[in-house]
Amino acid sequence: MARKPENTTKVVETTGHEWDGITELDTPMPRWWLWTFYLTIIWGIIYVILYPAWPMIKGATPGLLGYSSRAEVQADIDAVNVENAPLDAKIVSLDLAAIADDAEVGNYAISGGGAVFRTFCIQCHGAGAAGAVGYPNLLDDDWIWGGDIETVYATISHGIRADEDDDTRLSDMPVFGDDYLSEDEIAQAAQFVLSLSGQSTDAALVAEGAVVFEDNCAACHGEQGMGDREVGAPNLADAIWLYGGDLAAVTDTITNSRGGVMPAWSAEGRLTESQLRQVAVYVHELGGGE
Amino acid sequence: MSTETPDDAPKLYAAREPVFPKRVKGKFRQLKWWLMIFTLGIYYITPWIRWDRGPEMPDQAVLVDMANRRFFMFWIEIWPHEFYFVAGLLIMAGLGLFLFTSALGRVWCGYACPQTVWVDLYILVERWIEGDRNARIRLLRQKWDARKVRLRLTKWTVWLLIAISTGGAWVFYFADAPTLFVELFTGQAAFVAYAFIASLTATTFLFGGFMREQVCTYMCPWPRIQAAMMDEDTMTVSYREWRGEPRAKLSKSKDDDSLGDCIDCNACVAVCPVGIDIRDGQQLECITCALCIDACDEMMVKVGRPTGLIAYLTANDEPLERAGEPPRNMWKHLIRPRTVMYTALWAAVGLALLVALFIRPEIEVNISPIRNPVFVAMSDGSIRNDYDVRILNKHGETRPFHITVTSDDLESNFHVELQGVEGVIVSAPADDTFSQRVYIVSDPNDPAASRNRTEVRLWIEDMASGDRAYVDTIFNGKAP
Repeated sequence: MARKPENTTKVVETTGHEWDGITELDTPMPRWWLWTFYLTIIWGIIYVILYPAWPMIKGATPGLLGYSSRAEVQADIDAVNVENAPLDAKIVSLDLAAIADDAEVGNYAISGGGAVFRTFCIQCHGAGAAGAVGYPNLLDDDWIWGGDIETVYATISHGIRADEDDDTRLSDMPVFGDDYLSEDEIAQAAQFVLSLSGQSTDAALVAEGAVVFEDNCAACHGEQGMGDREVGAPNLADAIWLYGGDLAAVTDTITNSRGGVMPAWSAEGRLTESQLRQVAVYVHELGGGE
Repeated sequence: MSTETPDDAPKLYAAREPVFPKRVKGKFRQLKWWLMIFTLGIYYITPWIRWDRGPEMPDQAVLVDMANRRFFMFWIEIWPHEFYFVAGLLIMAGLGLFLFTSALGRVWCGYACPQTVWVDLYILVERWIEGDRNARIRLLRQKWDARKVRLRLTKWTVWLLIAISTGGAWVFYFADAPTLFVELFTGQAAFVAYAFIASLTATTFLFGGFMREQVCTYMCPWPRIQAAMMDEDTMTVSYREWRGEPRAKLSKSKDDDSLGDCIDCNACVAVCPVGIDIRDGQQLECITCALCIDACDEMMVKVGRPTGLIAYLTANDEPLERAGEPPRNMWKHLIRPRTVMYTALWAAVGLALLVALFIRPEIEVNISPIRNPVFVAMSDGSIRNDYDVRILNKHGETRPFHITVTSDDLESNFHVELQGVEGVIVSAPADDTFSQRVYIVSDPNDPAASRNRTEVRLWIEDMASGDRAYVDTIFNGKAP
């Protein structure tokens, strides 16, 4: 189709450029476009004056309105906290054991505790609370310090071997490889420990190990190796091993000792009293609670 | 390329020609009155029918309970996961429309469509207040005086009242009607109820009073789709042009055998609610309301000629009639592969829904295994798997459920423990879903404890009725 020459009625300047006889029209921008463009410039200037804009070495120019997205988030969080304040107050006032079954705050506490758990606890205990080597599984029925809700709450609040809290749970297993026991004695004790949970062992070593155990270990772990929650001594007669239950791991434990650390979550304003109680309820509901 | 419109280009918009349907009497008009009473009756009365379902359940026969996600229809209660029943009903409605369209053309449009029914009602009101066709035409053309203002205001007020009660009736399907009725007047009803009433009032008033046939002609997609279901055997309102033409006034054609039966009285045009002349042939505006048949028949009887100059005809019969033969029997048109197929499909969907309705269980159980971690090793060496179990209790009362586990692996022993509950019995609240954390535990030295996967079946037993339901899942042991 033959094209009509453009712009035959109105005369418009060309840009002055010419390539092989083709010139470029210097058609002005449509007025609406131009006005929109100017408006965006004005908008930009106002924005720069009112809002944070120019990046500086530290932060940015604050703007007249003093707006900050961080402050906005904080305001939202504060608003939610104010809204939940009655629930939190009730959680603090209730008996720990009564929180989970309370019609008003039960679900709030469990899901709130879950949120706290997912934020602060899963780094060590895992998203499913199944723990890892050295980090206890919170789902099973084996508890080093006790699994009733009051004890769980105390452990969370004050931590384990936490320097920042005077009431923290402390227990130090001696480093028996450090001149306390000879390598032979350690091997004997390890065999005895394995026999406690019925693992196949060397009968002769077990007999000798029983003596070593009674002299050195029974004070905390008990004569039958059933452990003692008062001092945080694990049960050695069950099927659960925090640091591994084979001969090598047990020998290593006796030789070098073990001792995990958990922060005291009540210290330094880490968690509020309500949050501490919520996460205690959540952990207690996971399946291992006593 | 120019964006300017040439001066001789056709206009893209035509102003509406006002339509003033004249009053008509006849068998189709009679049928339409009864259908109007019937359909409007269903619409307005249904929400007020009561149905006793027990103390904890709503007693409204038809109720769409959005808040509790339930759909009640007499003795049927539909849960969200059973929404396929509603989908099935909609499919049946669709297939039913296909069937009627292939058999009788736009019979839905002409008789049962809410737009047609409400426009019919609005025209009835209009005729009551402003008079019949000629009076209304005069009223439109005359200047605004006190009488015109009074008539118009009266008409609009009555229209508005109908519109409000239309929108008002709609919301009763979504809440307890007597309660909502009181709340609506005391200002306590939910905002959404008022919003729906307002928007439905506006659309009813506008569509029924002012837009009328334009809704059918320009807005509704259904007429455009309908053509796909119609064929030469579809019975539709047509004019027997071969009998009527050449048309002439009665005074002329009375003594002239070369002239047709049509006396050009325009009765068919005057009664038409969409403002067309059926004698021009089939047109997309025609909603086959059949009022022109009544109008023409009435006139033919008056002048002593046979009725049926305008009638339900099929395209297939036209050549026969032109050749002077009688049309084929109506049933030969109606029963043909296409209609039989639609009927069969419709019945099949209906049957499937009925069967599904009767075999659906009163209790159901769903399970979602907790896979992080896949198992928990207990201190005595036993292995525990955790599951979230949801029990659906569709009864109108709280019932106790007994939870057990079985396995085809006869060497394995499992038992069930429940989170926060002593024993293995939970009570699930009435007409609700109940969630319970369930533990399946294997014995310490059980083969399943050291096997990767063991298939297990979790049973729930309604202890009140003895009904049982089960769900299959996997027990994960410590893999070797």
